[in-house]
Amino acid sequence: MKQIASFYSTTVGKKIAMAATGIVLVAYVVGHMLGNLKIFQGPEKLNSYAEFLREVGAPVLGHGEFLWIARIVLLAAVAIHIVASAQLTLQSRAARPVGYRNTPHQEFSYASRTMRWGGVIISLFVVYHILHFTSGTVHGDFIPNDPYHNLVVGFQSWPVALAYIGAVVMLGFHLYHGVWSMTQTLGVNNARIERMRRPAALVLAVAVVIGYVVVPVSILAGWVT
Amino acid sequence: MKVTLHVWRQESSEAEGRFETYAANDVSPDMSFLELLDVVNEGLIESDVEPIAFEHDCREGICGSCGVVIDGSPHGPHEGTATCQLHMRSFADGDELWIEPWRARSFPIKKDLVVDRGALDRIIEAGGYISINTGAAPDANAIPIPKDDVDAALDAATCIGCGACVAVCPNASAMLFTSAKVAHLNMLPQGQPERWSRVARMVEQMEAEGFGNCTNHGACQIACPKEISIDFIAWLNRDYLRAQRKVG
Repeated sequence: MKQIASFYSTTVGKKIAMAATGIVLVAYVVGHMLGNLKIFQGPEKLNSYAEFLREVGAPVLGHGEFLWIARIVLLAAVAIHIVASAQLTLQSRAARPVGYRNTPHQEFSYASRTMRWGGVIISLFVVYHILHFTSGTVHGDFIPNDPYHNLVVGFQSWPVALAYIGAVVMLGFHLYHGVWSMTQTLGVNNARIERMRRPAALVLAVAVVIGYVVVPVSILAGWVT
Repeated sequence: MKVTLHVWRQESSEAEGRFETYAANDVSPDMSFLELLDVVNEGLIESDVEPIAFEHDCREGICGSCGVVIDGSPHGPHEGTATCQLHMRSFADGDELWIEPWRARSFPIKKDLVVDRGALDRIIEAGGYISINTGAAPDANAIPIPKDDVDAALDAATCIGCGACVAVCPNASAMLFTSAKVAHLNMLPQGQPERWSRVARMVEQMEAEGFGNCTNHGACQIACPKEISIDFIAWLNRDYLRAQRKVG
């Protein structure tokens, strides 16, 4: 415990904590996206997949218990990710109390510049998203245990779909810099995969954006009803 | 050619600083940037004004002392050069240039453009050496080392400790410096006996000096006059992670 505390006390340790929790969150983002795509197989397949998620682990786990374990793990990962980044941001701000008259015009990528505020926007969106599709609190016509209906009705409102698409694009930028950063922070850069890191992060980010955006687009276009 | 300089003037660490404007009206395109400052200073001395303090020594890009920020870029607009290797032909007649010192809490300004980079020295003192008695020089190839390892270690060893990486980093992080200074020893056989304590102690000292943390923008490798790659930062992260298991 003491060793973990002293490891976390360094900025390098905090970044490694961010990378490790990032892996958990990326895995979830990909899994969630693959689940969403079941919408193209029709209402029965999507709804039975949603039911399956509640039954995973039976008979060891009871109804819905797997989902709660997953939620707790994700919540912990998000909490560590956010706390570490907030601490690192404050530390970095303190490291340069006086800025330059001209900002150094070295080119930072849009993705790397927007990590902090992009992360804030994504986390606010996630709160809205849970109120929308999980609890149904802000959903006009929410039917528990009928995700197909909730999804289609929810995305037939174009402002809702547009906000979703915007958040997913933001997530794409976050992933593009985040996944590459993760390999950097964990020191995964041997000669063989060195040149693969940027393209791999780009492919993942683009795949995630397309995989998520295709759902509201298809609903708005009337391909899925 | 003529240029207008806005130079950061600050009497001491405690004093308030401000920009002062100086006109340089007889500039040769072949002058180095430091020679331009010399000429401006001669004019200031003649008119009884305190000359601009700036650090310089070798003037051939190997000592690492001459760093200033020119229009937002440490060591000026070119890649792979120090301020002393920048020539006025890189600017246009009539240019206005803003000259600032390195800005970081860990680099207190001593005077004008001169900052105290002692924080980098203390990172070296924490482990950037090999504790052996050096006798006569050993035979060159007494210890066989793979070519790739030597090349990588020597790439890291080109670091001149100028601090441009800290200056350009939006987080004022010293990761590129520290990673180069860890890697050039830890990648070689001679560095192995103290490898894990070296990386742990140098990272801890870097933290204690109050530098920010790396967000992988990669601005440092562009500003670095020796073009040291941020691959060394990844390498440092992994070595630090492995050191946790080795030294506890």
